[in-house]
Parts: sequence; structure tokens; C-alpha cells
Amino acid sequence: MSTKTPESPTGAASAEERSAFALDVEERSLRDAVSDWVGKVRTGDPGALPSVLGLIALGLIFSLVSDRFLSAFNLGNLPGQGAYIAAISLGLVFVLLLGEIDLSAGTAGGAAAAITAVGVSNGSLSDGLPGLMYWSLLVGLLVCLALAVWLKAYSAAVVIAVGFVLVVANFTQYLIPGLIAAICIGVAIGVFNGYLVAKVGIPSFVVTLALFLAWQGVLQFALSGQPVNTSRYALWHDLTYGNLSPLWSWIFVVVVVGGFIAYTVNKSLRARRAGLSRDGLQLVLLRGAIIAVVAVVLTLWLNQNRNTNPYKVISGIPVPAAILIVLMIICTIALTKTTWGRHLYATGGNAEAARRAGIDVTHMKVTAFALCSGFGAVGGILLASSQSSASLDLGSGNVLLFSVAAAVIGGTSLFGGRGRPLNAILGALVIAIIPNGLLLRPSLGAQWQQVITGVVLLVAAAVDAVSRRRATRG
Amino acid sequence: MSDPILETRGLNKSFGPVHVLHDVDFAVYPGEVTALVGDNGAGKSTLVKCIAGINGIDSGEIRFNGEPVTIADPRAATDLGIEFVYQDLALADNLDITQNMFLGRETTRGRMFLSDGEMERQARDTLASLSVRTVSSVRQKVANLSGGQRQTVAIAKAVLWNSKIVFLDEPTAALGVAQTRQVLDLVRRLADQGLGVVLISHNMNDVMEVADRVAALYLGRIAAEVHTQDTSTTQIVELITAGRSGDIGLPAVVASQA
Repeated sequence: MSTKTPESPTGAASAEERSAFALDVEERSLRDAVSDWVGKVRTGDPGALPSVLGLIALGLIFSLVSDRFLSAFNLGNLPGQGAYIAAISLGLVFVLLLGEIDLSAGTAGGAAAAITAVGVSNGSLSDGLPGLMYWSLLVGLLVCLALAVWLKAYSAAVVIAVGFVLVVANFTQYLIPGLIAAICIGVAIGVFNGYLVAKVGIPSFVVTLALFLAWQGVLQFALSGQPVNTSRYALWHDLTYGNLSPLWSWIFVVVVVGGFIAYTVNKSLRARRAGLSRDGLQLVLLRGAIIAVVAVVLTLWLNQNRNTNPYKVISGIPVPAAILIVLMIICTIALTKTTWGRHLYATGGNAEAARRAGIDVTHMKVTAFALCSGFGAVGGILLASSQSSASLDLGSGNVLLFSVAAAVIGGTSLFGGRGRPLNAILGALVIAIIPNGLLLRPSLGAQWQQVITGVVLLVAAAVDAVSRRRATRG
Repeated sequence: MSDPILETRGLNKSFGPVHVLHDVDFAVYPGEVTALVGDNGAGKSTLVKCIAGINGIDSGEIRFNGEPVTIADPRAATDLGIEFVYQDLALADNLDITQNMFLGRETTRGRMFLSDGEMERQARDTLASLSVRTVSSVRQKVANLSGGQRQTVAIAKAVLWNSKIVFLDEPTAALGVAQTRQVLDLVRRLADQGLGVVLISHNMNDVMEVADRVAALYLGRIAAEVHTQDTSTTQIVELITAGRSGDIGLPAVVASQA
């Protein structure tokens, strides 16, 4: 980072010259915001539009398919059913922003979660894993640690080192350190992916396709052909089946929504004092109020008992929803408020421009892949939780493809440079709502699920392509 | 006349058996636009890359403010205050004007977090100081800009950093009439603010209009360095194509042998 303080060569401009940028100091009112948004959609950046429209359309259809669809019990299950897709999809956003792809995030995450499952169920990884595999894991972690240091991905190196310590010291016999170790192993796998893509120069599609296959085998080695029941571990089970208590639900909502409103209001006021472009206070407050009302209504609704069975009370915000909202906020901050995020968008938009601006493109790729596989591990953990088992096909099959579809439906470009974490979550909701709705009417076979998912993806891609073509024409 | 701010003396550069630059003496003066002209393959790009630190030099020296300097890599050139605007501009379409201008050199709080407001203000000040009136908002995405506006942003990006010298590679090549006008005005304004500007161009109208002096490269040699007011388009074209024109330029022997 340069320490030079940038200054315009002739110093500050006179007030009169500044008037040339009248738009900058103008406040964005509600009307401007709406017309900006319409303009964006028209110029090929539909953003969340396809996923929101998709959610509404599917919601309408499924409410006709079954009157149980809109019940609190059913919708309360939705976050748990889609959490693993959302987590993997969040990670994929980083890689997709670079115009790369990671097909292995699902199976890598599955393998990482399976190692945790073996650790906690067996009490010792060195006994639980086949002999050669335990040592391969240690060596692999060290190699990835060295790669991370060499490629200057120091934060990834620290994470991998933590994972190494957890494995060697056999802390993986306890659940929480075990889950952390799974994420660390995921990050190590991601560093390896990044090395192969950015340094060796193999196209990411091929690298991750090869590893997609390889990690499935590793997963079966790790489990020695025996699935591990994860519902025995209350915490693991609750990751997708648990709910925050009504009190904690309120605390969560107040912190998240209150934090958002406080941040945007403060930003608007500060920008007004500094004479910068900003969203007008009216717009900020209106947006905040809408979000607050929706959040309060949802929480009130979720805090009621939604179980149809009188023996157990189910109420509160589902834990997976809370986890993903927190992860999404962290991802959004990382992408929009840090230099790293800015450089990631720049590298995805124009790698050559980024390189000339002094950005280490290799470093960006390695960190993006590391994050992606780390989120893959989170996805693997959530998937094992939701199917109550670290099964022999954990994270394989359609898992990764559904996650890519979620990101794309959410408006992430496969060519890089465009995409937001929030939209990946919305896309994952679209993907998750399809099996949810269809299973309510068992007479509609599972075959419908794939057909409908395919059609939805196609429609989303078509909306994207059409809006982009209009952009180039206009 | 002031001393040159940047000067090359006896610069030689070969790529294998191909001797690309022969004893090139080239000077850039503060407050002046120096046009660097020459046919394709004359060595313009190589000369620029040597100064940019992309290519090493075989012999000769580069002087900055009279002091000999070694420019080992692009960062060294940037640190001296030499900026380059290449033909492909190197802007990220998906970022806005401010983000592009500060790319790789973002202003931060606590080393990690961007201070967007501060960058926005400085971007606006820089554009205003260049009297740019064609850009309505520094929060516009670069994808939505016209060719002239993009060129403007690329140039503004180069002068944002207290730079002393700006190299512009064919800045008007892809532009329409009105936009060419805007960019040439901007080039002139840079020099009027005391920067040394090097304009690499094939367009003699642009050169005659905006440059103070013209350095013509002919097959790796500086054929002549002339003041624009003392010369004509015809003469420059002769220098470019034949290496000599009347009694100025390379000696006939050198010109014909090469």
C-alpha cells in the first residue's frame, strides 16, 4: 500500500468548478432510487429481481399445490433445508466474481465434514481414519500451509495452522473444535485449488472437476464405508433443526436491523456533512422502516409455536437462518468495505487493469478459492446436519450444481465482476423452495423437482441474457 | 528554457540480435507536450517500456530531474511520478470512476477498510482541477461511459498521484471528433499545469495542434527533435518515413543503410 497522500496537482478546486459535478452532491431521493433501480434493470443488471420474482411465482404456485405450503411449520423448515446450498453459494460468489468456478466445493466440504464426524464419533482422528489417510491429512495441511505462506495468503495460513494444531492435538474429539477444524481443512483445500489455478495455470473448471471426483473418494476413505449419525450431537443437529429462543430471536433482529439502520443513517448524515453523494435521509429511513416492519412481523410470526404436534413447542428464528444472515453480512462487508473486496471486483472486471494497478492477482485468486472451500466446509457441516448423517455421498451429486444455480439465479455473473452475497442467499431460497413445495404433494414425483429447478434456472439465465442484450443495444 | 525533467542519454536496447533502440536521446520538459512519433516498429513502444521499467536497458542512462536513476520495475517509475496511460486504458468496467481512479492505491481507515467518501472527494477535486465537465458523477460505472470519458478518467487517474510526467499512448485513436477535442484540450491543460506530457500519436493534426516539440523515431534512432512552430506536417511525415527532411534528420548514410 502506497503511503503517498494523493492530491490533485493544483490543489482544491474552486466552488464554481465543482458545480460541474452537481449530481454528486445531490441527495438521492426515493424517486431517484426507484429510477436508478429501473435504469439498472434496463441496462443489464437485474440484481435480485429474478430471484425475488422467482420466489413470488413459486410461492404462488405452491400455495395452490398445497394449503400446507404457507403454514408456519413448513416455511420454518425452509432455512434448514436450503442452508447448505446457501453456504456453498456464498463461497462460490467469491470465485465467480473472478470469473472462475469451483466445482469441488461441495465434495471438499463433504470430506471435511466427514473427517469431523469421524473425529467426534471415534474419539481420535488417528484411530478413526485409516492409517495412511491420517498422515496424508497432516502432510496435506502442512503443504497447504507452506503454499499459503508462499502465496502471501497469510490469513489463510493462520487458519490452516489452527486446523493443523486442532488435528494433531486431537481436539477434534470435541464437537466445536472439530467443526472449526473442518472449516480449516476446507480453507487448506481451497489454497491448493488456488495454487493449481493461479500459479500452475490449469483452468479452474478442470482443476475443480478433477478434485470434485477425488474428494468423493477421500470422503469414503475417511468414513471407511460407514456413515456417521450426526443427530446424536445436539449442537450439530441444531445447526439446521434448532431455533433461537423467542428472546434471542428478538435480540438478533434488533441487533441486525438496528445495526443496519444505524449504519445507513450515520453514513447518510456524515456524507451530507462532507458534501458527498448520498442516499437522502428520507430514503434511508423509509428503507430501514420497511425492513424493520418485515423483520418484526416475521419474528412475531416465527416466535409463535408452529408445531402441529402438541407435544413439542417449536418457535423462534431458525438457527440456520441466523447463521446465514450473519455470514452474508460478513461477506458483504468484506466485499464492499475492504480493499480486498474492491480488488476482487477489479480483478474480476479486468484482470489486466488490476495487475497494472499493482494488485497481486495470484493472491486474489488464492484467497477467493480458500474462502470458497471454507464456505464449502460450512455447507458440508450444514448438509450433514440436515440429513442427520455424514453419509457416503455427502456433498456430491447435485449439491454443487444447485449452489452454482443459486448464485446465478441471484444474479451473479459467470464471467466475473458482478454478484452480491445477498442475492446468492435469495437464489438459494429459490432452489430450496422447489423440493419443499413439491414434497407437500407426494403424488407429484421427485422427477418434477429437477424439471422445475431446471426451468427456473433457465428463466433466470434468460432474464439475465435479455437484460444484458438490451444493455449493449442501448 | 527550463531543464528537462526526464531525459534518456544514449539509450540502447536489443532483443536478441535485433537492435531496437540506437543511442536514443529523448527529453521531456515540464509544462510542455512532447510528441513521440514514428512509424510502426520504429521503437516507440520499446522506448516507453524502457522508461516504464517494463523492459530493462542495455546501455545508456535515464535521468530524472538531472539525476541518473535506474527504473527496475513499473513501481519504480510510479514512485518517481511517471505515469502511463496505455491505449487499452486498463479500467475495470464494473467499478465506478472513483474506484477506478484509486484502484490499487485506495485510501483506507485502519489499513483494511475503505474510506470511500475521502476518495470520492479527491476524485472530484482532481477532475475539477482538470476542468473536466463531461462527467456528471464520479459514482458512475465506467461501463456506462463514452470513449472520450473513459480516456478522461484514465488520464485523471494518472495525474491524481502528484505525477510529474504522463505518457499518453494514442489517446485519441478510437475517438470521434468532439471527443478528440475534449481529450486534446485536456492534454494541453495537463502541460499548462506544469506536467511533462508525452503524447504518442500517429495523428499529425493532433501532434501539430497540441505538442510543443516533436521527437521523431526512425528505425530505432531519434531522427530529429524539432519545435512544432518551426516545422510542418510534411516535414514530420518525411522524418517518420525517411529519417531525414532537407538538412535536418539522420545523415543520409545512416538513413539509407537502416
